[in-house]
Amino acid sequence: MLGEGILKGLAETAKNFAGSFVSEDRLTTVEYPEQRLLPIENTRDFPFLVYDGEDPEAGLRCVSCQICEKECPPKCIYIVKSTDKKPDYVGKPQFYPARFDIDISVCMSCQICVEVCPFEAIKMDTEFELSTDDRFGGLILDKHKLAKSNEHFQRIHPTEAAEVDARLAEEKEKVEAKAKAAAEAAAAKSAAEAAARKADAGSAGSNAEGVKP
Amino acid sequence: MNSATLDQFFVLLQHHVAALFPTVLQPWVSMILGVVGIVAVFPAIFALTTVLERKGLGRMQNRLGPNRVGPFGILQPIADAIKSLTKEDIVPRNADDVVHFLAPVVLVVAIFLGYAVLPVGRNMVLLNIDAGILLFFAVGASTELSIFMAGWSSRNKYSLLGAMRAVAQMISYEVPLLLAAVVAVMMTGSLAPTAIVQAQGGFTGIFPHWYVFTPWGFAGFTLFVVAALAETNRSPFDLPEGESELVAGYFTEYSGFKFALFFLGEYLGMMSIAGYGITLFLGGWGAPFSFLTFIPSWAWFFAKLFLAIFFFIWLRGTLPRLRQDQLMNFAWKFMLPLSLLNLCVAAAWRFLGEWLGGGTVAELIRWLVCAAVLVLAYVLLARTLLRQQNISPRSYRYAD
Repeated sequence: MLGEGILKGLAETAKNFAGSFVSEDRLTTVEYPEQRLLPIENTRDFPFLVYDGEDPEAGLRCVSCQICEKECPPKCIYIVKSTDKKPDYVGKPQFYPARFDIDISVCMSCQICVEVCPFEAIKMDTEFELSTDDRFGGLILDKHKLAKSNEHFQRIHPTEAAEVDARLAEEKEKVEAKAKAAAEAAAAKSAAEAAARKADAGSAGSNAEGVKP
Repeated sequence: MNSATLDQFFVLLQHHVAALFPTVLQPWVSMILGVVGIVAVFPAIFALTTVLERKGLGRMQNRLGPNRVGPFGILQPIADAIKSLTKEDIVPRNADDVVHFLAPVVLVVAIFLGYAVLPVGRNMVLLNIDAGILLFFAVGASTELSIFMAGWSSRNKYSLLGAMRAVAQMISYEVPLLLAAVVAVMMTGSLAPTAIVQAQGGFTGIFPHWYVFTPWGFAGFTLFVVAALAETNRSPFDLPEGESELVAGYFTEYSGFKFALFFLGEYLGMMSIAGYGITLFLGGWGAPFSFLTFIPSWAWFFAKLFLAIFFFIWLRGTLPRLRQDQLMNFAWKFMLPLSLLNLCVAAAWRFLGEWLGGGTVAELIRWLVCAAVLVLAYVLLARTLLRQQNISPRSYRYAD
């Protein structure tokens, strides 16, 4: 009958209207500033720079290779390479960014910088409360604002961070093992040399015109 | 203060204030006081309605609605007002700026004119003229002009489309609206709103003599409500401003305070048409039961007005928007025949009463005959229209 559907619909909305006062579970709304939902793990918005340890300056993983700057499709990354070097996480001296700016008003959150970074230095953040009253300067994030600790990364993207940490640890182990091996070899070599020299010195009298290096 | 004084409180207040002025000025002062009352009260109700509508719609959709400004978000209209007053007023470069400016003003003025003859309580009508209903429908029809002014002067295709839709819709629904209202006028024998309310003033037992409790009155009221929804561009007849297809319809190119004026005009129009529906069919300021007559008349009127507004909000939360062809079919094939039939039924009611004489049996026969005719017509018409409707999967010529 004509009009039946309208009455049914009215009954449904009336039920919702009354029900929303009675049962709290009906209300799916989260009252945002007070209540928050945790972001899902794959959330991403803008990149940040990861640092290890306590000091954001010393621990910054970025070696200023500028690959991300070149790959960035909207060209929102600006890097100035340092003139001196500082040791990286394995202790190897590396360049570091003297300046690292990302203009998040230009960034399109494509994550390409993260994909191309060979040093696991740039990752995607989940921080979204970035509103500012200065739409030019306020949206350019500099190195200090971008640098966030590895703990932060582990908190926001646990799976990815665990993977990265394992890989870095493995690499570091490998490097250390190599260094150890090299050191051992060097020690052995120097020991051998020392022994040889000693032997040389012992037989110097008998064989003065010995083998010259 | 006894209930009679309370009932006439605002009337007495007006007299007292007017008495403070010299005799020559007194009619003017009392008129200005009445105007100020209307201009203050109804926009205040509008402000309250906007927040209640948003909260009510939210609840219907299992949301909370606005709750940030003030306790329970009740100060939201103030925030909205500040926002719309401080916004930049943009006039498109190609727009006809005089007409563009005039359109919202004309709309609001025309709608306020309708309140001049609306009785909001016993003796509480600004202008008690005999042709009040006629005046209301005349100025109500002139809102179409301002809507078309807005759409045309904006030089924007969405505005123009919205205005065309609005005018087509409003002219179509004007006919059933008027015909639905005419039955009340016929039975009262007067076009004066106060006379119509007074004619519904009696009680049988505890029940009032409202027109809505008669078969023709119920049919007339239902038709009036549907036509009123369409006339005020409320959902489900909100095609002229359908957000999803026309941005905002005829007021797309309006911003800031002019936009707020359109908004105000729309809600004031809704309230005035609800007020006339109350006047014509729901006994105006009359109490719903004889033992509740001690409550002031104006309180009853505004209680009914809020109920009507709630019903409008409820419908908005429930019904999806119609399509243009459905809208037109509904007006001309359904509303118009039924409202014409309702006129005949009202006439029959009148003459059956005379022929059959008084008495409960005669009254019952009259009631049943009239109700049967209307229900039969409704069922037959609905069935015929639904059968004609060809419901099949829609085929698209280009979009496949």
